[in-house]
Amino acid sequence: MTDAATLATALPVRSRARRRVSFRAVFGITVLLAMGGAALLAPQLAPWDPARQMLLKRLRPPAWEARGLREHPLGTDHLGRDILSRILYGGRISLAVSLSSVALAATLGVTLGLCAGFFGGRADAIIMRVVDVFLAIPYILLAMGVVFALGPSLLNVILVMGATRWVQFARIVRADVLSIREREFVVGARARGNRALRLLVRHVLPNALTPIIVVATLELAFMIIYESALSFLGLGVQPPTPTWGWMLADGRNYIATAWWLATFPGLAIMLTVLAVNLLGDWLRDRLDPRLTV
Amino acid sequence: MLAYLARRLLQSVLVLLGVSVIVFGLLHLTGDPTRLLLPLEAREEDVRQLRALLGLDDPLWLQYVRFLSHAVHADFGLSFKHQVPALGLILSTLPATLELTAAGLALALLVAVPVGILAALRRNSLLDAVCSVGVLVGQAMPVYWLGLLLIMVFAVGLGWFPAAGRDGLRSLVLPATALGAFSMARLARLARSGMLEVLAQDYVRTARSAGVRAFVVTYKYALKNAAIPLVTVIGLEFGILLGGAVITETIFAWPGVGRLAVDAIFSRDYPLVQAIVAVLATLFVVINLAVDLLYTYLDPRIVYVRRAR
Repeated sequence: MTDAATLATALPVRSRARRRVSFRAVFGITVLLAMGGAALLAPQLAPWDPARQMLLKRLRPPAWEARGLREHPLGTDHLGRDILSRILYGGRISLAVSLSSVALAATLGVTLGLCAGFFGGRADAIIMRVVDVFLAIPYILLAMGVVFALGPSLLNVILVMGATRWVQFARIVRADVLSIREREFVVGARARGNRALRLLVRHVLPNALTPIIVVATLELAFMIIYESALSFLGLGVQPPTPTWGWMLADGRNYIATAWWLATFPGLAIMLTVLAVNLLGDWLRDRLDPRLTV
Repeated sequence: MLAYLARRLLQSVLVLLGVSVIVFGLLHLTGDPTRLLLPLEAREEDVRQLRALLGLDDPLWLQYVRFLSHAVHADFGLSFKHQVPALGLILSTLPATLELTAAGLALALLVAVPVGILAALRRNSLLDAVCSVGVLVGQAMPVYWLGLLLIMVFAVGLGWFPAAGRDGLRSLVLPATALGAFSMARLARLARSGMLEVLAQDYVRTARSAGVRAFVVTYKYALKNAAIPLVTVIGLEFGILLGGAVITETIFAWPGVGRLAVDAIFSRDYPLVQAIVAVLATLFVVINLAVDLLYTYLDPRIVYVRRAR
């Protein structure tokens, strides 16, 4: 009873401190869930087929403007396609491509970072020089060149984006592994005769996960911008598939007459990136405040 | 110090060698360039002759060695499209890009450093909150969208600045703002956190308790030390800005290397693409080397820290 009483008085203080809701986390998660849900449910949510052209209703402004139509809440583009529907469908490509390329970049970067940090010596020197090379090359030019040469398919875009952005993962994992490999449990496991691969996967990797998660979140925000930049330059996933970057590129020709073409897809990109960044910041402060990414 | 300098120089050379491998590989990814060079109705024999002339029948390593020895002599061959040396084309557009990049970076620093420091000094004030929101929005805004918005509002709407081209200082304002915004956000954040960290240091507290005036503590003791992390990222930031310039120049029709590069990629002008990537990468390596050396000069502890790692 006494124990329970002390517990009861002690608990509220701790739980209040723990349960303090972070605005960043709530905002980030809400927006992301909304964006992800909208993208997943695009076929159900979108009022129109995103590729359907209605030439009689070209360049109509959003519904609240004088010439706006109620059935096109965010207006129509230069071919009379519904902007809202295109943004919803565009989110599918943007999010899917960004998530896949982060996964690829993380796989590459984590593997190389683990090897560099764990084996050290020559492996470390070589891998870190390759990292420097990738840092030095303007990745957007490299990506444009490769995508243009191989053809702008969904797969190529993902491959190129992943292959040019693994560096962050490799650097952070390497730095972490350098300290982890000297810790007692790793040294002990090694002394027990575990092989390198097992050591890495069972003992080192799980302890390096926190920074990986944080970097992955922040890189996701970057990839969303990266993907739409490639699309904007005409080297992303090809039309008629709508992507946010394409919509911006289309809208670019009408900025003097039809502001809504470029404004709404840009807003979608910004909101998503903002949400991911907030989530990443919050995760970093929460999980590993030492990180400076 | 000398050993460190030698090591960094050697590293830079190795990095540039790596860049050359990737740049060389880029051309070979595209396959045979002879078809692009010759008219469609070219005979099979002409194709073969040109292949031999360009040395495309030689083993790959020999082609690479040849490419490298030319590159070392600053010879990247003729641009397919313009039929003039690729390097000359780059050098004629480079000033415009450097001007844009420098203006973007300068603008970012001019806004970010004072704002970041003020935000740190008045922590949790309204200014701090506004600054945080600005940082978040600035980091989430893609440069191409910001560029379009700026054109929409300040060129089309208000007519204050020209929407495109490079014609005097007025035409520099919009592209430099679009390009610098992201760096501005990052640097403001860095300045704020750096300043907060320094303000919490013992020597600052000691100086305060010893009765040194607040102004002196802030600007003489704290600011100098808070500047060190800023100096290091400027090199990296410059590289990011060079990459961003590709897009900014496309939007604002700025006649720089970025626009040249986009144009070269779309016209399959691979010698020119190679040369641009190589030149920009070299620029990046040289600037970072300079920043690193400056950094060790500013903070002598750094050399040992790096060695210990």
